[in-house]
Amino acid sequence: MLLIDCPWCGPRDDEEFHYGGEAHILRPRDAAALSDEAFADYLFMQQNPKGPHLERWSHNHGCRRWFNMLRNTATNEILEIYPMGEKPKTEAGQAAYAANWRRETAAEKNALSGEGS
Amino acid sequence: MYRQLRQPGSSNREWAMNTPVNSGGNSGMRGLRGGKQRYSILSLARNALSHHENWQRAWRAPELKPAYDVVIVGAGGHGLATAYYLASRHGIRNIAVIDKGWLGGGNTGRNTTIIRSNYLWDESAAIYEHSMKLWEGLSQELNFNTMFSQRGVLTLAHSEHELREMTRRVEAIRLNGIDSDVLNPAQIKQTVPIIDTDPRLRYPVMGGFIQRRGGTARHDAVAWGYARAADDMGVDIIQNCAVTGFLIQDGVVKGVETEKGTVRAGKVACVVAGHAGVVADMAGFRLPITSRPLQALVSEPIKPILDVVIMSNAVHMYVSQSDKGEIVLGAGADAYNGYTQRGSLTVPEGMLAAAVELFPVFSRLQMLRSWGGIVDTCPDASPVISKTPVSNLYFNCGWGTGGFKATPGSGHVFADLIARDAPNKIAAPFTLDRFSGGYLIDEHGAAGVAH
Repeated sequence: MLLIDCPWCGPRDDEEFHYGGEAHILRPRDAAALSDEAFADYLFMQQNPKGPHLERWSHNHGCRRWFNMLRNTATNEILEIYPMGEKPKTEAGQAAYAANWRRETAAEKNALSGEGS
Repeated sequence: MYRQLRQPGSSNREWAMNTPVNSGGNSGMRGLRGGKQRYSILSLARNALSHHENWQRAWRAPELKPAYDVVIVGAGGHGLATAYYLASRHGIRNIAVIDKGWLGGGNTGRNTTIIRSNYLWDESAAIYEHSMKLWEGLSQELNFNTMFSQRGVLTLAHSEHELREMTRRVEAIRLNGIDSDVLNPAQIKQTVPIIDTDPRLRYPVMGGFIQRRGGTARHDAVAWGYARAADDMGVDIIQNCAVTGFLIQDGVVKGVETEKGTVRAGKVACVVAGHAGVVADMAGFRLPITSRPLQALVSEPIKPILDVVIMSNAVHMYVSQSDKGEIVLGAGADAYNGYTQRGSLTVPEGMLAAAVELFPVFSRLQMLRSWGGIVDTCPDASPVISKTPVSNLYFNCGWGTGGFKATPGSGHVFADLIARDAPNKIAAPFTLDRFSGGYLIDEHGAAGVAH
């Protein structure tokens, strides 16, 4: 059972929230260019760490807004909450982001192709 | 492509009907072939004369050797069954089963012990029915009482739609040669007198279906029975020894790193359930699996009141009475990933509300214990029994909320995969590459809930 500090509503019980799974999965721009294996990386493969995990949550029974969260799956400690569309700012969050194998996948490179960043 | 376009039960009927229970080995007496003392009424009487002080140890506590033919990571039911079938069916006996904790201490000891094979899709029906047939002779084969009790598993329907869907599923299951019958509310009331079939309930009992060959078994005894029989054939069971990494050279696994040193191995097989993702990470490949806590709880023992297993997908509750008299209740998995081995209180709360509505007599039951196991679930709610991107490294995982019932079948086909380096007909649909090929076995409809 978690006490989640919603950025808009303050600390609320986790029953009010909806878990949206792993955060920062980018949809490939040109999916037809990817192999079946590379598309499966995007569609089915999961980050499933025992430790810090970047994930999406929505305050479903409250303000209904989405946000990102860094939570330790071994202890349920909530380490950071940050807005959608942004990257984590804490050291642990940045480490979890960088350590994700997704950063190296063809699917993510495909998704970022043509972007300035 | 997607098999959803096909009608279940339309092909492969022979899978479930003629499952090769004894394939890959010689027939006849199995189980204890080493020097172990057999358990029998005579040995019980003989040991009574010496005040039960001279029973042999059920298994040894061997030292880890530097090399084995096969190293199995994870000494749960599935891992120990794999070792047993490798030794008994394939003659591979130079095996170590290595576990971080004690044998059977993970999900094997943390489930609600329900056994059934009434699955919708042919591929699932084949593997779970294969398992059911092995269960039916398991106590005799292992010379260990697994307390397998075919008391029947009754699944309830609470809406017109659910009943119609259930009737269709029953026909598909019967086409696969698996027993399954639809019951109306009056028949359910007759089978389970304590159930409330009042049509005014919020979720009334509109009907149900029963697999009479389904039931329960004693979960610890399953692990102990396989451990004892495997040990008897020379398998080393190494407890309290975490595997910390793999030795991989040129894409071929050569052994494992453990807390007690390096072990070289011809083949390595991982059966680590909730920690499959963590172990796959060590080996450097990805799995489509999420790990979440699944909870169950047990009441104080009461007199016999319930002699079938009752499941309800709609209100998400499943219940049976153990031989000790405890009411064993299963709740759902948490909605979010976690390795905490304890879940949110809201989950059992909702399940208990459903249980009390269906069984008003439970309202004054006192709960004794609750626990959580970490279940590894695939997107299609079916397991992975597969070779991996690393040669000679095999994974058996993703059983999610329903792995206990599959223990013998899972171990049997996994042993076959390891011995022959190729999946047999039952295991073939469950390979890892189904996620890139698109041939998913979507059991969410039939088994999307904990069970």
